[in-house]
Order: sequence, then structure tokens, then C-alpha cells
Amino acid sequence: MSTSPLIEIKDLRIRFHGDDGRVTHAVDSVDLSVANGATLGLVGESGCGKSVTSLAIMGLLPKQSAEISGAIRFDGFDLLKTPDQTLRDLRGNRLAMIFQEPMTSLNPSFTIGDQIIETILRHRGGSRRSARDRAIELLRRVHIPSPERRVDEYPHKLSGGMRQRVMIAMALACDPRLLIADEPTTALDVTLQAQILELMRELKAASGAAIILITHDLGVVAEVCDEVAVMYAGEIVERAPVDELFSTPQHPYTVGLLGSIPRLDHRAEQLATIEGMVPNMAQPPAGCRFAARCPFVLDACTRAPPPLVEISPGHLSRCIRAPLELLVS
Amino acid sequence: MALLEVEGLVKHFVAERSLFGRALAHVKAVDGVSFSLEAGKTLALVGESGCGKSTVSRLVLRLIEPDAGTIRFDGRDLLSLDAGALRAFRREAQIIFQDPYASLNPRMTVGQILTEPLALHDLVPPAQRRERVAEILRLVGLEPRLERRYPHEFSGGQRQRIAIARALAVEPKLIICDEPVSALDVSIRSQILNLLRELQDRLGLAYIFVSHDLAVVKHIADHVAVMNLGQIVETAEADALFAAPRHPYSRALLSAIPVPKPRAKSSRIVLQGEIPSALNPPPGCRFHTRCPYVVDRCRSEMPQLVSDGIGHATACHRTSELPSSAAIVPMDGGFSPVLEKLVAAFSAGPEAARGGGVSPLGTDPA
Repeated sequence: MSTSPLIEIKDLRIRFHGDDGRVTHAVDSVDLSVANGATLGLVGESGCGKSVTSLAIMGLLPKQSAEISGAIRFDGFDLLKTPDQTLRDLRGNRLAMIFQEPMTSLNPSFTIGDQIIETILRHRGGSRRSARDRAIELLRRVHIPSPERRVDEYPHKLSGGMRQRVMIAMALACDPRLLIADEPTTALDVTLQAQILELMRELKAASGAAIILITHDLGVVAEVCDEVAVMYAGEIVERAPVDELFSTPQHPYTVGLLGSIPRLDHRAEQLATIEGMVPNMAQPPAGCRFAARCPFVLDACTRAPPPLVEISPGHLSRCIRAPLELLVS
Repeated sequence: MALLEVEGLVKHFVAERSLFGRALAHVKAVDGVSFSLEAGKTLALVGESGCGKSTVSRLVLRLIEPDAGTIRFDGRDLLSLDAGALRAFRREAQIIFQDPYASLNPRMTVGQILTEPLALHDLVPPAQRRERVAEILRLVGLEPRLERRYPHEFSGGQRQRIAIARALAVEPKLIICDEPVSALDVSIRSQILNLLRELQDRLGLAYIFVSHDLAVVKHIADHVAVMNLGQIVETAEADALFAAPRHPYSRALLSAIPVPKPRAKSSRIVLQGEIPSALNPPPGCRFHTRCPYVVDRCRSEMPQLVSDGIGHATACHRTSELPSSAAIVPMDGGFSPVLEKLVAAFSAGPEAARGGGVSPLGTDPA
């Protein structure tokens, strides 16, 4: 594992300009980096900016309405300044993405083989026959039974878990350095989820690719991630090695999230709840964006936006009350 | 006497018809399901997509008609009720759905949505209906002044509260909760789970809770029935099931739960192969194609659900021969000591946390 990160995001800001002239602050001053072979979990609830961040990396945000600033350095490129043609060469090649809903991301009128072969021919060239052999090999790698036969099937013939495996095979077609997985198991049953997570672990070990896993499921995060970034209202509020995030979270929002999930061997009568609502991102609050919902709030929290500060090596929190353990010791 | 007793329930949907309308193929959605539910208790139905859990919940309400079996509710035979009696029964059993966006009429205000069942069943004289609506809204944690608003003005969690309020309006004894929190964010999910539990304690409601989220099931259910391809393969008290699942399918299902603790100890059973189609379920035990413990007998003879005499029933030929399952469900070890105190302080609210001193509730929240 090299020390220089594979991808480094600096001060990423994304604003959406609505038709009515309203400006939504979707992502604000996001700094992230992922090393080769590492898995970063990007966690947060609907609308926190985690998917928008990943779409910005892939260069998939609409140019007319999205205003993006900052830098995304990947493999010698600044992805935000890279011309479209070069981006197209990178996407599906060194940069790959899998989405939550495999049925809407596969083209229903082409066989799965055609769709994988297209990716291979676009980026690697070669003969159609050798691309087909590689497609079969990829399907075998993601444990699709009788791949020689399945390669000629249409997406609707496959089950949900099988389709998600086809998506993974397609993403792996050109040995990506970075794989972005946006809620890859959310639509799946727990038994299939276990299969897919197992598969992702296996493939990471074999290829050494880095993974950014976007999810709202903290169980999945605990299972596959090395590092976690928690997002709230467009900002990263906490970043930590996975063990530390679950044992000594340093942002009240993370505490609320961890307290609100039912545990298997701890029968709480009441689960923790986070009262109130996410702020309106057309007019983000002046101070801490979580202040209105935070039980640990002080007057100072609402005056100025708190910086992301390192609490212990590698563990950052955007909370002026951190380290939080001092509040309860 | 149990509030709800279901015996030998069967529902086959026609999947394909011949040119002349003769049924050629059936989906065996529910195939011989029996269970009972006490008043004030929660029974969870769990299993993978397509196992028939949602179909069972709709059969129990007679939203679809079963092909065979009996359903007794409060001592009455539900399947023999005429239209009028069925309507009266609907007062006693209600349902809430997964998608709170789709289940509320967008053209009606919250007040109208909640008044409708009161008027329909003539529960409350017209003059007192507004008062009653305000009362129901308070019960689910919404302010009465919100009755003039339309569903689109609410967040997902609030809409689910409105759906619960509508179910409560007729003062039912049973509420079917079909994936009620699956579409909600984690922090909202916990609010709705807390609310469902609080309402159960206060009003003595019975729930049938359909969910694929097993940690949620462990949290809310008294009893659990595990379904596979239209049949119950195991049923037990929730604590007993999660402590030691017996059926190989339950073992695989429970071992696959991802727990929010890095490097948690787990002996996960990753099932190989695909879920067989309910159109053409395998002969014998319907799980045998994916079962790691399969023997010849499983391929030909369908196992019956056999109880151990203390309420734990399993449908597997090899129940007594299987290895211990005590360590199968992954254990997350609960919260770390620091997290436990932080969560307690978080839940205690602003007063407890202000000042940075010792949190009064930081000691023992269990």
C-alpha cells in the first residue's frame, strides 16, 4: 500500500442552481482521500450529499445546473478540469461505479454479454471474440453459474442478486483502480447482501483496487470499510478509522446514528432518536449545521461554522465540543 | 384464546393461462401456513423477497381471498363473514404500508384523511370529530394544527406517523405493519419504532410485523415466523430464535445480518445458488437446493413443522442432528463503554449535556 493517496478530494463544493433561481448547497468543503487498496465508507442520510460527491468524482453531474469548485486529484488528473473526452476514457476503465438499482442501470434490450463486451472493446480494443472470452471470465469471477450460457441472456432473465453481480463484473471489466459503490446491497435481501459483500472483499484482495462505499447501513460499513467519513447536510462532520468511529465517535450526529440502530445483543426499550429536521440547504445555518438538533449544543455552536479538527491521529470531528468523552466522564 | 388463529392458509396465484382461460401454472405464494397471535403481542414474519410474507399479511385482512385454510379473529371465522360483517371487522384490523408517499391521498388534508374512517364507521358524532382528530394526532406525536396540511408538506417520517394515525383512528386490535420503516432513514426509523412500541404498550395493540431487516425484528417482535417459499420453516419466541436458530435456512438468514461493530465475531453461512422460483418450488423440503445439510430424504419428503413442546417449532428432517447454532447469530457486543454513555447523554437531551459535567443518565440506560 503506497502512502500517496490514489484519489484526493480538496475543498469540494457543489451548488445546484434551480429553475426558480434558488441555490442549494449540496456539498461544502469536502476533503477526502483514499489510499490504494483501502475502502472508505461514506455514510449519511438521504440528501446529505454522499451520492452527489460520488457523481462529481465520476463527472456525471449536469453541467447546466451544477456549479462545482475544488479539486479531485486521481492518477495524475484533476478530474474537475479534465476534458470530457479524457473523462470518458477514464470512466469504466480506471474509474468504475456500481449503483443501487441494477435493473435500471442495465440496458434491457441488450444481452449482459453485449454490455460487458462493449465496455471492454471501448477501453481495451482487441477482437470481439477475445472480449467475449473475457466477459465470460468476469462472470465466472463474480460467481455467476454457467457463465458461458448466461452471457447471452437479457437482464430481465436474471434475479436481483445476479444482476448486481453483472454490474460488478462490468465495473471490473477493465481492472479499475477505484471502484465507487453507491448502496450496492440496499435493494437486496440479507442473504444476497452477504454474498455481494463477500464478493467485494474477495475482489479487493485480488485486484488491490480502492473502494468508496456509499451507504446508510452502519452494519455494512463496520463489515467492509477501513475508514469512514460521516456526512451531514453537505459537510463531512467526522472522519475516522472504522474501529474508532464505532467505539469513540467524536461528533454528536454520529452518536445519534449509532444509538438509533437496533442492536442484536442489547435490547434497549427505547432507541435514540435525532429530533428535528435537516436544515434547508438553500439557506444553510450560520453556525454548525447540526446545532438545531444537537443535545450538546452551546451558544458558540450557532455563531460560527466549526472547523474539521483532528482529535486524535486520523480522527477528525467538526464539533467544538469534541473530544466528546470528556462530556460524560 | 388467541386474538388471531390462522390454520393451513393457502394462496396460489395463476401465473399463466391457456387460450381458453384454463390455469396452466401457479405461483404457490402461500402454501399451508399456520400461526396464532395473542392480543397485545407482536409476531414478525421474515424471509427473503417473494417468500410470501406480504401475501400472508393481506390474506389475514381478507384483502385477497385465500384458496384454503381458516382464519379466526377474536373467535369469529373470518372467511364466512358477509360484506357487512367484513366491514365491521375492518375496524378491528388495520394495515400500514412501506411507502408513506404512496399510501396517503395527495388531494386530502390530514384532517380529512383522519376524519374519513371516523365517519365511515360512524365512530364519533360529527360535532366531536375534530376533537378526536386532534387527539389522534397528538397520540402519534404530531401537532393538531397540522390537520389543515396536505401530505406533500410532510417528511417521510411524518407521513408514516399520519399513516399510523389513520390506522389508529378506528381503534383497532390488530395492525399489520408491512415493512413500515424500510423506506425511512436510520434516525427517523428509530422514531417510528419507538412510537409503534409505545402505542402497543398504551393501547394493547397486536402487530403482525413484516420485515426483511432482522435487527429491527429482534428489537420489536415477541414471536418470529421464518418463511421460505410460501411456508413457515421455523417459528419461536424472538429471543429463543436469535439465541439459537434451528432450521438451516434461519441459521443462514440470521448469520448474514451485518452488525455495526468492526471485526465482530461471526460464523456466517453464505448460501450458494439462487432462490428457487415459487412457480416451480423444489420437491421435498423447499430449501434443499441451497441447504448445506441436505440428505436424500430432504429431496423427496416435505418436512412438517414440529414443535419441541415449549413453543419452538422447526420444519426440518435433521433438526436433532444439526450442530449447535449457539454462535451463529453475530454478536456486536453492544456499545463500547464510552458510546453507551454518549448515547445516554444524547438521548437525555440538552439539559443533561450542558455544562460538560457528569451526565445524570450516563450510568445505566439498559
